[in-house]
Amino acid sequence: MNYVPDFSIVTDNWIVLLRGLWVTIQIWIPSIVIGLAGGFLLAQARLARSGWIRGSGLVYVELFRDTPVLIQLIWFYYAFPIIIGVQLSPYAAALLGLTLNTSAYASEIFRGGIKSIHRGQMEGALAIGMTRAQAMRRVILPQVIKRMLPAFTNRTIEVAKMSSLASVISVHELMYQGRLLSSTYYRPFEILTAVAFIYFVLIYPGTFLAGRLEKHLARSN
Amino acid sequence: MTDKPILEIKGLHKWFGDHHVLKGIDFTVEPGDRIAIIGGSGSGKSTFLRCMNFMETLSEGEIWLDGTSIGVEKKGTVTYPEKQLCQVRERLGMVFQQFNLFPHMSVLANVMEGLVTVKGMSKPEARKVAEAELAKVGLSEKLDAWPGRLSGGQQQRVAIARALSMQPEILLFDEPTSSLDPELVGEVLRVIKQLAEEGRTMLLVTHELGFAYHFATKVIFLAEGVFHEIGTPDEVLKNPQQARTQDFLRRFGEFAF
Repeated sequence: MNYVPDFSIVTDNWIVLLRGLWVTIQIWIPSIVIGLAGGFLLAQARLARSGWIRGSGLVYVELFRDTPVLIQLIWFYYAFPIIIGVQLSPYAAALLGLTLNTSAYASEIFRGGIKSIHRGQMEGALAIGMTRAQAMRRVILPQVIKRMLPAFTNRTIEVAKMSSLASVISVHELMYQGRLLSSTYYRPFEILTAVAFIYFVLIYPGTFLAGRLEKHLARSN
Repeated sequence: MTDKPILEIKGLHKWFGDHHVLKGIDFTVEPGDRIAIIGGSGSGKSTFLRCMNFMETLSEGEIWLDGTSIGVEKKGTVTYPEKQLCQVRERLGMVFQQFNLFPHMSVLANVMEGLVTVKGMSKPEARKVAEAELAKVGLSEKLDAWPGRLSGGQQQRVAIARALSMQPEILLFDEPTSSLDPELVGEVLRVIKQLAEEGRTMLLVTHELGFAYHFATKVIFLAEGVFHEIGTPDEVLKNPQQARTQDFLRRFGEFAF
């Protein structure tokens, strides 16, 4: 092997990668935040009394869980506009796809969490005169979040990496810029290594903080 | 007693699917009543208690609180608006067999929770009330402890303080000592006895017949979803008239000495 790595390609083009990183963050953060909120509502539907509501929730969740994310993103870019008659920008299509996908996964995390909290907790809260919504907010959810934090952390990491799929519908995020640079300079080794490193630097602080938070929440055990 | 009843139950039925648990109960609670409800497991005594603060929905029947019927009737079906149920539950405190303390909150926060969230009290104010209630059940030393670190008896005393903090007019105890180790039963019963001495209105579902005898103004023996026998502790526990009550008491007294 006589390949000589040349990382100047990366340092010379750092501004391009930085721009890509910024777009990645713009996909990642909103899709995780809106996806988690949507997932909570969806979990309520999955736990509803009405069979119709439960059934619709189930169909939604299974559709998103049992098909490839890559196809979902492409579908929201090419197929969905045909149905609604409006062309979405690549960014909007990627954000929509990842958000809905995240909400499907998050709803299962919430649902499992809520079901794992003993019924007595709801009763204890209702018995002192709380409404169901108050009981959910003050008593059930804090315990669900504590118990499900590792699962939510996992999901957040997955979405950060999944956002790289948006490059196939030419969203100019980190992966897209990386591929562009490597095909321009024929230096995939340096550039993709650098891109992987940037993803790591982006994601690791979050997992580190989540670990600390987990320890903090475990103090009442 | 000649007081007006606080709570009236009329024609209460409860089904769980095909299982007919409560079969038409009529009953009134007057201020100062201390009612012990006894009966075998599966007799419906817990369900009866849980219907009173709507932890279980009534299948049929009415509950009147201070002369007002609970629930709204529309075209023959009764619905229970959440707001009304919350008000009812605020007035009928409940203590559970499994305590149901909030494990993610300190002892003090458990007792403050209802005061702040339901009654809208400020935190310093709620803290004062909660500290006083916890002092009353002998737990001033444990304000900052997590519930999970306490013994069962201590946890149940926190649960009693939590119920008391809401200033309920009636206290419902659902087998409060059944999940406790025998040596911890006494500390919880002592707190309940102290509440009895204050003249509070209470209903107690229990297997502690000795305690029921000294505690109650009225004892109810529930069997197969109906009040089989009802009377003073002496009448029901010492001179039961019904064969079924006699049988039940004999089985309980089998190993007494």
